[in-house]
Amino acid sequence: MTLDIFKEKGTPLDKQLFTWRDMVQAPTSKLDDDAFTRVRIILMNGLEADRIRTSHAMARMMNGEMRLPLAKVRRAEQHQQTMVNWLLPADLSPLETTIAFEQVAIEVTASVALREPDEYMAQVYRFGLLEDFDHLYRFSALMDRVMGADANNIIQNYTDIMPGRPTMVEHRAPEDDLREHYTSATADPLTKLHAATITASENQTHDYYMTIGPMFADPIARQLYAEIASIEEQHVTQYESMMDPNESPLEKWLLHEAMEVYNYLGCMTYETNPRVKDIWTRMVDYELGHLHMVMELFKDMEDRDPAEILPQTLPEPIDYQSHRQFVRETLNAEVDLRASGTQFTHKEDEPERSPLSIAYREQLNSEGSPSEIVAAGYTWTPGTELTEEKSAFARGASA
Amino acid sequence: MTPRTGAKQAMSGNRTGMQTSPELAEELIEGASSAIPSSDGGAEEIAESRGEYIAEGFPIGSMPMLPASEEGEADEDEVGMAVFLDKLSERLAFERTGVRLYEALLNKCQTLGESAPGPTLEDIEHIGGEELEHFLMLNRVITEFGGDPTVQSPCADVAGVTSLGIMQVLTDPRSSLPQCLQAMLMAELTDNDGWQLLIKLADNLGYDEMKAEFETALANEEEHLVNVRNWLSECVLDSAQL
Repeated sequence: MTLDIFKEKGTPLDKQLFTWRDMVQAPTSKLDDDAFTRVRIILMNGLEADRIRTSHAMARMMNGEMRLPLAKVRRAEQHQQTMVNWLLPADLSPLETTIAFEQVAIEVTASVALREPDEYMAQVYRFGLLEDFDHLYRFSALMDRVMGADANNIIQNYTDIMPGRPTMVEHRAPEDDLREHYTSATADPLTKLHAATITASENQTHDYYMTIGPMFADPIARQLYAEIASIEEQHVTQYESMMDPNESPLEKWLLHEAMEVYNYLGCMTYETNPRVKDIWTRMVDYELGHLHMVMELFKDMEDRDPAEILPQTLPEPIDYQSHRQFVRETLNAEVDLRASGTQFTHKEDEPERSPLSIAYREQLNSEGSPSEIVAAGYTWTPGTELTEEKSAFARGASA
Repeated sequence: MTPRTGAKQAMSGNRTGMQTSPELAEELIEGASSAIPSSDGGAEEIAESRGEYIAEGFPIGSMPMLPASEEGEADEDEVGMAVFLDKLSERLAFERTGVRLYEALLNKCQTLGESAPGPTLEDIEHIGGEELEHFLMLNRVITEFGGDPTVQSPCADVAGVTSLGIMQVLTDPRSSLPQCLQAMLMAELTDNDGWQLLIKLADNLGYDEMKAEFETALANEEEHLVNVRNWLSECVLDSAQL
């Protein structure tokens, strides 16, 4: 993209104003809007939530001269997040939103894996992708079998609904969830933007499942959310471990703001809903305002040039389209990969190379696996598996 | 940068069905049907798991402790009274929510403007007023029985969970009048049966005066049901130009 982030100053922070009415606009339509509009809303909500989360963490660890600028930007991000997240409509149930979250995890991570210049990092994204891919299948089974609804109403044919790396084998010991990190001085800027994006997105997914899991009445739904939230925790552990620990907090903040500009710009480029596109456009300008404010802080407080770590122009944005073929190829080639320390190994070697994960998983699954129970024998079928008469009430079922 | 409007692709109606994109749909079906589930079985596995929890026997909640009888044990009357108070509490909760539902319906009709077919603003105010009277009557009755009208009883709680969707429809600015009436029909059908059950309970427990009050409320509710059903039917037929 040709946006010069050093020249474009965006909207100054003191001009980033909201009213409640402005923040809470008419939502998008669950039925009529394109699934990728919903994907973008969920992703950007996740990125804003992450900025607020990490800003608070910074404030708690460095409650000095940084705290006021952190508080000022955080307030704008709070209202941006509200404006974005409130675009989701009230008729989108928590489980439907979950289906959409998994579509975000699959399609966005697939695009990132394809664009990632560092082969090791790309491998990590492909590894995580196949796990979220399986989550979509498990939640789709839950939706069909417990709620009597069709996940494809949400994903609109773009994303496959079939098993990936089985969720029950995704449970790993922490020793096998940490990855190698990039080195800030030599890493491609896109590698940094990717790591910040996917970490934020997965953290949002974790927090969402932890919030809505108890809202379900059905015990297997409650168990499934407990199980998949645990994997999302692992994913946050995995993705955040890809970032250079030697980056200063201010450097990480600067990167996050650049990442937000990058992603809002991508949303703006792809958006099909004109009203939502206007919001993305406004958010690009707001994030440029934040970016320039943090650039100044970076110069003043660390005596460093932001150009050391930021690219002049932003890379090509995340590609908001179906990645079916790429996901299938990855599935065929890598579904049997398992983690061993920071590396990957074939499942046949896992007992020898990852004994801690095997023990951890066996203990967790020792009283049954929710993800296996919910999807036992499940094949997604247009509408519902009931069209195949798979029900306790089907003729002869009780015989 | 200046805001840009104009989509690459205009909104093209409902996108939820398979026919929105036949080629993608075909790929989706082909992929799903060729995949092998990671374990055997079917939906009965979920039922089995749910059964384990059902068997544990935890309730949603309970009624407040009744004052102990002289013998120290609940007698038959007290058991009957506990059930009665639970159902009274349920009806009270439902009528209270009913007032808010009709307030939301009034708001919708005031904004959209009265139009035939459908209720007039006066019609809605009339029903809402009666729902309020029923709520106040139940409040009084529970108090006279020595109960606490502010208690959320188990049946009241379940009634609230059951009608969550009705309130979501009524307060959604995007829902149409016929969609709201469809939701209100569910409320009125339940309300009618709820009053009938309360009358049976009052009759069996020998509360004749109360039974008479409940019969008056039921007569109101029967009128609400007939009206809502007719408005809905007329609105839908009218929208289909029939």
